[in-house]
Amino acid sequence: MDPNAIAWTILVLPLAAAVIIFLLLKRWPMASAVLSTLSAFATLGMSIVLAHALGNSATILTQSYPWIALPGVLRLEIGLLVDAKSAGMMLIVTGVGALVHLFSLGYMRGDAGLARFFAGLSLFMFSMTGIVLADNFAMMFIFWELVGVSSYLLIGHWFEKDSAADAAKKAFLTNRIGDFGFMIGILLAWVVTKSIVFTEMKTAVDAGGLNQVLLGAAVLLIFCGAVGKSAQFPLHVWLPDAMEGPTPVSALIHAATMVAAGVFMLARVAFLVEGVDHANIAATVIAYIGGFTALLAALMATQQNDIKRILAYSTLSQLGYMVMAQGLYGSTEGLFHLYTHAWFKALLFLGAGAVIFACHHEQDIWKMGGLRKKLPITFATFALGTAALIAVPGTSGFWSKEEILVKAYGTDKLLYAVGIGVAALTAFYMTRLFIVAFLGKSRSENAEHAHEVGPVMWVPLAVLAFMAVFSGYGFITGGFPAFHPGHTHEGSHEAGFLTTILSLVALAGGVFAGWKLYSGREREPISLRLLANRFYFDELYSLIIRTVQDLPARLVEYLDLYVVHGLLAYFPSQLARGAGWTFTRLQSGHLQGYGFLFGAGLLALLWYLLS
Amino acid sequence: MTHVIEFIVFLPLLAALAILVGAPARPTALAAAFVGLITVLVVAFQFNPDHEVVGGFAYQFTSSHPVLLDAKGNAVLSLAFGLDGMSLVMVLLTALVLPAAILVSPPESGIKGNPRLYYLSSLLIAAGALGAFCSTDLFFFYAFHELALIPTFLMIGMYGHGTNRVKTAWTITLYLGAGSLVLLGGLVALFYASGGTTFDISEMIQQAKIIGPAESHRWVYLLLLIGFGSLVSLFPFHTWAARAYAEAPTPTAMLHAGVLKKFGLYGLLRIAQPMLPDGAEAWQNLVLVLLLGNILFVGYSTIAQKRLDLMLGNSSVMHMGFIFLGVASANVIGAHGAVMLMFAHGISIALLFALCGGLRDRFGSTDMPEIGGGLATKMPRFGIIFAMAAFASIGLPGFANFASEILVFFGAFEPMQKSGATTLGPLQWTCVLALWGVVISAVYMLRAFRRLFNGPVRLGTPDCADLTPAEQVPLVLLLGVLLLVGFVPGLLLKYLTPSLELFSTLGR
Repeated sequence: MDPNAIAWTILVLPLAAAVIIFLLLKRWPMASAVLSTLSAFATLGMSIVLAHALGNSATILTQSYPWIALPGVLRLEIGLLVDAKSAGMMLIVTGVGALVHLFSLGYMRGDAGLARFFAGLSLFMFSMTGIVLADNFAMMFIFWELVGVSSYLLIGHWFEKDSAADAAKKAFLTNRIGDFGFMIGILLAWVVTKSIVFTEMKTAVDAGGLNQVLLGAAVLLIFCGAVGKSAQFPLHVWLPDAMEGPTPVSALIHAATMVAAGVFMLARVAFLVEGVDHANIAATVIAYIGGFTALLAALMATQQNDIKRILAYSTLSQLGYMVMAQGLYGSTEGLFHLYTHAWFKALLFLGAGAVIFACHHEQDIWKMGGLRKKLPITFATFALGTAALIAVPGTSGFWSKEEILVKAYGTDKLLYAVGIGVAALTAFYMTRLFIVAFLGKSRSENAEHAHEVGPVMWVPLAVLAFMAVFSGYGFITGGFPAFHPGHTHEGSHEAGFLTTILSLVALAGGVFAGWKLYSGREREPISLRLLANRFYFDELYSLIIRTVQDLPARLVEYLDLYVVHGLLAYFPSQLARGAGWTFTRLQSGHLQGYGFLFGAGLLALLWYLLS
Repeated sequence: MTHVIEFIVFLPLLAALAILVGAPARPTALAAAFVGLITVLVVAFQFNPDHEVVGGFAYQFTSSHPVLLDAKGNAVLSLAFGLDGMSLVMVLLTALVLPAAILVSPPESGIKGNPRLYYLSSLLIAAGALGAFCSTDLFFFYAFHELALIPTFLMIGMYGHGTNRVKTAWTITLYLGAGSLVLLGGLVALFYASGGTTFDISEMIQQAKIIGPAESHRWVYLLLLIGFGSLVSLFPFHTWAARAYAEAPTPTAMLHAGVLKKFGLYGLLRIAQPMLPDGAEAWQNLVLVLLLGNILFVGYSTIAQKRLDLMLGNSSVMHMGFIFLGVASANVIGAHGAVMLMFAHGISIALLFALCGGLRDRFGSTDMPEIGGGLATKMPRFGIIFAMAAFASIGLPGFANFASEILVFFGAFEPMQKSGATTLGPLQWTCVLALWGVVISAVYMLRAFRRLFNGPVRLGTPDCADLTPAEQVPLVLLLGVLLLVGFVPGLLLKYLTPSLELFSTLGR
């Protein structure tokens, strides 16, 4: 099969699955689930073939189809760009995707909306594939919006719950705000580079002579899209709430892939970010937003009690690392971390899912405890995932975090310090989570009676655990240069050595503090309300919505009703009413009357014109 | 095929006449609507998109019956029809909304008052719209639209909802009557400005070119802008619209908001813009400010609405702002976007009003807090279709509205790209602010969906039946069109491109 056809099939197959489920299979939930899962595994297989077909060549040329074509003025195409970045990203999307589908077969069994759930997952796979393979901004934006919809549908899967319905709406609207900037950015980039096709834009940027101010503005506005999708400060608030969705959704969409789309997009257009010549404010802003989010989210994670929310804040924090790398011109380093993070964070979420499943939907870690013996496989795999996240040497997370830190060392010492600090915080809050949930004694009925999950759920955990440890090694990443920056970065041996030492100190410090504080505890020993309440962002934002949106909306409604309508309709109509009987006759509603007036008017006009 | 346009225009008129003299109302109306739709589809397939454009507009399927001759025997005024790409798209819109509107009309036994008049009025509105879109003669272009307004007023006054319906009918009559009067003044002035020899629109454009720009043209354009503008609910002449749609019977709201209202925009693109390009340029900034009134002012007012029908009415006013942005761009991309959006908005708002009518039938109200939540649990099919309609309306990719809006946005930035300007001009700034409207639409639409369909089933909600297969037919028809055009916008663009070619010379 030729690579062009494979690439297009990878894109279209999940859509076909979603449509078939939606139109035909709603009554047969298990058939829907199996169809969706098979399509996910098929796309995984094809993604592997595609990656091999790419080999060491730069790109595979594929065919494009015009979506909107106005000859001579505008062409918006649906076209695929298969290169190291997209082929590698497809392995993550379909790899994690397939495993999450498999896990969901067990986790979602018996759910009333099973068919709808799997249709949503397939729709998501389609949309995400579109983002990854897009060769131009128009197509990327289209699929960018579509992942937003699939995320909306899946967060709101249990829509009869108020909290889930609100979370879905919040996620969608927050993303729309980011996309507001994204769209303007795309338009500006089109104005500056005269194209929206990535390869052509790159040519234009390489040729130089572009307006620096506009280009910088375009980069920052495009970055807004990433801020929304990858939940960076100040639009980070939707991601923790998105945990209202079923846990497999959290693993796939809100940890491994969709939230990483912002990072991927920035890496895709790294030439734009790096194309701004002097005093690259845009890149600096990106790096600092990323670093700030990493720190902020890590602080918030230390005081949460819901197992999924802790992981959600951790995702925010790790995404912050990746975004920071993009701003430091480290697109390959950022992608490498995206790649390792996808495996170990999906593992942690699915592990959390297994725990929640085993504990009858208990999510509070203080009501768990002692799960080590009850869920041995989940425990072991979760331990490996935790090790990768806190960057224990030898695991994948260690390699990728090291790359980013070394990059920061050479560029910005402040961000370097932040990066090390976040590493310590990560070790701390994950130790807390691990000790409280898995060690010690059971602290509730549900935890007492937990049983290990079945193979359809632990097999994906095992595969992911393997990847969490080994995905950073050359025998796996070797074929995909985009995820394998190698050790040729400008940072010297000294930078690498220092970073390794400091990372180890951060790791040891974090784990030690966590162990000291939480080992053997029955309840939270320290209470920091500012952190527990997430710096009051949600409260602040709902205040803003009430004062900047809802209040003016009501004000405008009254203005519209009384001032505009009054001036232009009510008074004139009162005047007209007073003016004479002809108008009062009009409202009596006789067809003949209208007809007569209408005909008479036209005849009078004709007579006037022609006489 | 020479008289096919006459057939399309007069079919609903004849059907209305048949109903008047005693033919069964609903079956006759349905038959006329579907025969009309099939005929229009056949015409669309027969239509040659690559028809040579000579000067003004490349009309096909033309027919002409002179009504008035001048001293030399040249036709001054004719009952003349023809289709070019732009009018074909508008005719398609009408032909698609009409059957849906007839299908959602209540059975004859369920109509309070005269059921004949009810069905007849819908047909007359459609006939007026079809006549206006197909006319190649300015006089009949105007006259057909007037013809369609009368049944609109009647339907609101006689079959509308709420106790205020007579007052509402009175307001809209007066408002649109005044708007039409201003428009008439503008058209008369235009007639003289183009030499005063013919009402043929293409010829008038040629004449206007020969005569060249004049200072007075600016004022003619302003008259046309206000006249056409108030018919399309251009801010601040919009206050009639939301209430009228809320209180109108469902098919009337669908036909007026979906189809007839587009007459004003069509007129701007067909007549004002090509004939008075310098006038359009002179007032461009004014239009930009007013359209922001539609998008932002009315947009925020939409957020505050608690009744679904009023919310949809306001949203329909708001979305006109995006179409005006396409018109104001005065270039090929913007014009494409404007016509596409007229079509997409027409279909999607008709769909939403049909759904709103369905809720009103079930609950006797469209008050969102009163109806409460959880409807998706009770009526899953209703919920799915409502969600898709809402997604279409907020410009989600996959639906026609997105394909149209993105053209409007690119159209607004095109002059900047072409000139290589390094700062944003008024048009681009307006587009930036208009894009905020995309966020606003999402806010009120998702809030409404959340309020009505999500959340727990409220105790005390009366038992409500899900959509029956018969009820789904019109909804799925409209939804299918939105998806089809959304996936393959080329279906319509191929017709539009030749007919909008003249906009390549209008922009600055």
